Amino acid sequence: MTLATVWFRSPDFINALYILAFTLFIVGLRGLTGPNTAVRGNKIAAVGMVIAVVATLLLGERQVHGETLPAIISGWSDVWLIVLGLVIGTAIGIPSAVKVKMTAIPQMVALFNGVGGGAVALISWSEYRHALESGGNPELQILIPTLFAAIIGSVSFWGSNIAFGKLQEILPGRPIQLPGQQFINLALLIISVGCAVLIATGRESEALFIGILVSAALLGNLVVLPIGGADMPVVISLLNAFTGLSAAAAGIALQNTVLIVAGMIVGASGTILTNLMAVAMNRSVPSIIAGGFGGGTIATGGGDDDNEGKSVRSTSAQDVAIQLAFARLVVIVPGYGMAVAQAQHAVKELTRVLEGKGVEVRFGIHPVAGRMPGHMNVLLAEADVPYDQLKEMDDINPEFPRTDVVLVIGANDVTNPAAKDSPESPIYGMPILEVSNAGAVVVLKRSMGAGFAGIDNPLFYDEKTSLLFGDAKESVGEITAEVQSL
Amino acid sequence: MDLLTEIAILVLAAFVGFEVISKVPNTLHTPLMSGTNAIHGIVLVGALLVVSQASSTLSKVLLVVAVAFGTINVIGGFLVTDRMLSMFKRKPEPVKEEAPADEVES
Repeated sequence: MTLATVWFRSPDFINALYILAFTLFIVGLRGLTGPNTAVRGNKIAAVGMVIAVVATLLLGERQVHGETLPAIISGWSDVWLIVLGLVIGTAIGIPSAVKVKMTAIPQMVALFNGVGGGAVALISWSEYRHALESGGNPELQILIPTLFAAIIGSVSFWGSNIAFGKLQEILPGRPIQLPGQQFINLALLIISVGCAVLIATGRESEALFIGILVSAALLGNLVVLPIGGADMPVVISLLNAFTGLSAAAAGIALQNTVLIVAGMIVGASGTILTNLMAVAMNRSVPSIIAGGFGGGTIATGGGDDDNEGKSVRSTSAQDVAIQLAFARLVVIVPGYGMAVAQAQHAVKELTRVLEGKGVEVRFGIHPVAGRMPGHMNVLLAEADVPYDQLKEMDDINPEFPRTDVVLVIGANDVTNPAAKDSPESPIYGMPILEVSNAGAVVVLKRSMGAGFAGIDNPLFYDEKTSLLFGDAKESVGEITAEVQSL
Repeated sequence: MDLLTEIAILVLAAFVGFEVISKVPNTLHTPLMSGTNAIHGIVLVGALLVVSQASSTLSKVLLVVAVAFGTINVIGGFLVTDRMLSMFKRKPEPVKEEAPADEVES
């Protein structure tokens, strides 16, 4: 029996294309690690993806584990199913990627990650169904990775959806905990692994498989729900690595090199990236996950009762304008408030006007300001703020003592001195922008609400600090107008 | 391809992943996460591989959804990463306007 009638449908040729595809992934990923090569890197990886998908569609009849499998497209019904899936995916994927506001990108990444995990879970389910239809449990070297992919894929799908809900503020960003959470989570983990073990030891039951998917789904929900919003970027990165691992597992079950390589590269690099992010926030990955299991340190909010009853000093746009216009050095500290109010262009305008008055303006960017590392850089770059005005935390902190005015725009936790001073604070130990070393601090805030981590900020009660309440964009606009009229 | 070959590939790929992401500036963490996110859209290939095995209606529905999910992951992932990165593109440096001395208030 000939496996392939046409050379370009033979497994050898397809595998050669797969090698080309994952080479492009690696080259592209390397490009993504440098600012000058990143755009090209992303495109290179995308080309790799197109090659991998087209190669797969070409794949003809082949033998896997002694079983002869039909060509990928062996009849019109396959064509329709594939086209239907591709069309639905494209119809949802393109608009959501193109229309999403830059501020909502973190949750979009969570969502795209989730569907990847969901796809893995569905693939393994249908694989198992197919195995049962064609004579029972497959051999262990297929079965074990299939079960692994089902658990991880399902956790990743539901965990990412919760992360999306939290960032989109459909769900409250504060940690949500059930009583006895650790035990519930542990029980769910045991149930899903237990079902998997039952199947692996010979039980043939689709119900058990669905049991795996459902308990893993609940686990994904319950592990992410109690994690505070401030830790969400790290969680998304971790779930991203999980989806990569589940894809690699699916690759072993399906005997597909490109799945194994691409999945594992994402699994490994995602783990490293998760760790880098956690380090930038002075958090450890285990303690964040422990938060999810109801232990460890999590931002529980409230707490700092000693700030109760203290008064804050509110100010007017005019006063702020005078402070700024007569300063020598102004440092702007942007946070999520700037992103929400879409104030980046107004901020750029203020910068331009101040520079016109001879004021030196710098931006102090905390590594986790906003909802993701680099979030502020993206927004300010969008508003044409020159790259060299954006200073990272370690570069700007020594500058604060000679800074006349710090303008905090919708940032909170990243300036919270409690992270340095009060060991009982949930964010104790996180490196912060030491704005209180400056001559004066002006904070633009919507209201007296606490930050995303749900912790009060003693900075606001500092005598150097004055607050200007209102929408960040409007406040910045008013200040700009006042500066111009001086 | 036997299991040991597959595991060898897995281990080597893990090291490639570790090595590639050794030093990354904070600024690029988000685009990089988004980029790796797009790459695991490779699950689309996994979904395509099993479509022709589906015989029951339920299996077909599951796989159409899986293909759709994989497509969203791939297309959305690469597009969002590209949009994010286009923000970092070097724009032609505007001529630095020096404030005319008479406008500077002292």
